[in-house]
Amino acid sequence: MAKFKKKKKGGAGAINTASLPDIVFMLLFFFMVSTTMKEVELKVLLRMPEATELSKLEKKSLVTYIYVGVPQRQYQGRYGTEPRIQLNDQFANVDDIQSYIVQERESMRESDRPLMTVSLKADYDCPMGIITDIKQALRRAQALKINYSTRMAEQMAYN
Amino acid sequence: MAKREIQEVNAGSMADIAFLLLIFFLMTTTMDTDSGLARMLPPPIPPNEEPPPPIRERNVFEVLINANNQLLVEKQPMALRDLRAAAKEFIENPMNLENLPEKEMIEVPYFGVIPVTAKAVISLQNDRGTQYQMYLSVQNELQAAYNELREELSRRQFNMKFSELDSDQQSAIRQIYPQRISEAEPRNFGGTR
Repeated sequence: MAKFKKKKKGGAGAINTASLPDIVFMLLFFFMVSTTMKEVELKVLLRMPEATELSKLEKKSLVTYIYVGVPQRQYQGRYGTEPRIQLNDQFANVDDIQSYIVQERESMRESDRPLMTVSLKADYDCPMGIITDIKQALRRAQALKINYSTRMAEQMAYN
Repeated sequence: MAKREIQEVNAGSMADIAFLLLIFFLMTTTMDTDSGLARMLPPPIPPNEEPPPPIRERNVFEVLINANNQLLVEKQPMALRDLRAAAKEFIENPMNLENLPEKEMIEVPYFGVIPVTAKAVISLQNDRGTQYQMYLSVQNELQAAYNELREELSRRQFNMKFSELDSDQQSAIRQIYPQRISEAEPRNFGGTR
């Protein structure tokens, strides 16, 4: 039938993909800039508490982290189901905090040491007993600037 | 000199390399920005030091939290949602009441000599069984009380947000509403968990 033209061979030309690397690079740079590497592998269950009046932690290099929570399932056989402290990659006791803080402080530059901040990342359901013990240990170690790590909430849930 | 032909670099694999890096960063990224409630701990008490002189009753705003996450504010049970307003009233003492903190005349830059509740202290005490979220909620409400007071004053005086003021103006407002939250030495009361 003459009404149906035969399609030209090849159809539409190949799509020009020359700008594809540019787009990918743009995404790459975005992620490179916004990324923060995971410092440690979490061994405790961490569900962040919520708050509204937050202040940001400025310099990452001045911050030391202490994690508190119930051990994750694969560690529960060895470490039980009570909230535990995690320093770096290991479980620790309250008594270990002081030497940990001293060690972290030693590794900082001398001018930075007074600015050292301890970020306490604890599960929202922890009893305050363990937190209080940590705070007392930090006081003994002269690490007085602390930050209770929380998630941003639009509004507090009053129950 | 003979003309050399400039060869074109084959950039076809550039996209592949970029994709590889992109996927690596996508996998390792954690987007959480670290933020939280900043606090200063008191320095440790030397073993043989005399206890500090007691603070007058009217200057202390006592907040207790028990193991069941219930609040006792100035010896009265209180819901968490009422804490902010109560703390604001305590810090500011707008009616100059007898049972709220006493005012002192202090000279503050930008403001002149004004009455300030300089001795007001919020005392916070919790049980070992208190839930961490509850403790932070209380800390958050107290922080919010201070922030709101500072914000209101900043609007009244400078007609600007507190965060937009320069550091001199900010410290003047901080002088009028100094943040003093003291945490009692830990004690075990009201049951264990």
